[in-house]
Amino acid sequence: MPKPRGPLSEWVVARLADSGAHPVGAAPLAHVTDDEAIALWSLHELSYRGFEDASDDAERDPEVLVVRHGLERALEQRLRARWDHAGTDVPEPAGVPDALEALVAADDGPSLADHVRRRADTDQVLEMLRQRSVYQLKEADPTTWVVPRLPTRAKAALMELQFDEYGGGNPNRLHAHLFAKGLESVGLRSEYGAYVDDALPETLELNNALSMFGMQRRLRGAAMGHLAAFEMTSSIPARKIAQGLGRLGLEGAMVGYYDEHVEADAVHEQLAARDICGTLAEDEPDQVGEILFGAFTCLDLESRVATALFDAWGVER
Amino acid sequence: MSEDFDHPDIVLEPHGPMLVRGASTIRDAEGTLHSVDRPVVALCRCDKSSRLPWCDGTHKVIPRRRTS
Repeated sequence: MPKPRGPLSEWVVARLADSGAHPVGAAPLAHVTDDEAIALWSLHELSYRGFEDASDDAERDPEVLVVRHGLERALEQRLRARWDHAGTDVPEPAGVPDALEALVAADDGPSLADHVRRRADTDQVLEMLRQRSVYQLKEADPTTWVVPRLPTRAKAALMELQFDEYGGGNPNRLHAHLFAKGLESVGLRSEYGAYVDDALPETLELNNALSMFGMQRRLRGAAMGHLAAFEMTSSIPARKIAQGLGRLGLEGAMVGYYDEHVEADAVHEQLAARDICGTLAEDEPDQVGEILFGAFTCLDLESRVATALFDAWGVER
Repeated sequence: MSEDFDHPDIVLEPHGPMLVRGASTIRDAEGTLHSVDRPVVALCRCDKSSRLPWCDGTHKVIPRRRTS
């Protein structure tokens, strides 16, 4: 399990490790967002691969679920406040693909990909890859939770996209596996969750939002909007990152990973914006605002991670 | 009654690439044959891709022609 970052995550880690009977008691409050973020990340992880040192039935432990619910509610309120603040117009259902395109086009967040392509040094690129690894080693998994919650057209389209993420059935082409090979090729550790203790609070918040959107049926629209924005901002940046890796002499499997994403995500962005979000909006018009909220949140959280890394490196944005 | 949905094998995306479903090989403009290993591919229509015949998203940074 991760290293605790405060009283709340200490409580969570101790609680998850404990397989015996225990009295019901209140979890302590987190003093810092870092503590909250690693606590929620750990609780979400129970629904993915779990931890060797956590009790196997901790996922459904009522007391743990109460803490998880409280942390998710606080996270969702924070994300919605940022979205309300952005004040984006919500279109008619038929206008969703264009609205997603406009939202992405208007995004002026700092670009890690531009920095990697032109100026980043090797240490900075490795730091970016460690941060990315928290998600990329379970790439596509948070989105898979949503499949059974979608109407027919969006469900089929999401499976068409996810099938590609999972290598079309070939484990050697599964994207998370390609990333693991890439990490090894640049001398980093590739085991699942290897760099969680190095994850910035912004990286954890990004991962927590993605898991929360994926795991709650109510948030299916936000999950699909997030997916669309992610795919729509992937192929050109992937090409830039591949160029940057080449510039630094980091040839090999990590370049292959980003090359794969140039072509794959040029397909996925079309599927996500039109066949998934477009049809979901037509079939469930009440999801239009949610789709855009998810898309905004993707761009906003990516921008926060980039800002935090640039600040840590002393790089002007 | 449950309806049947459109699910074309080839889709021309507005201001975007041509999506092709279920292809196994594609011949490019130079006559080179490319094997396809994904269920759907995006073929470049703006001719500016850095990895023709595949779309690499470059169309998004090219100014659009007026359509009206």
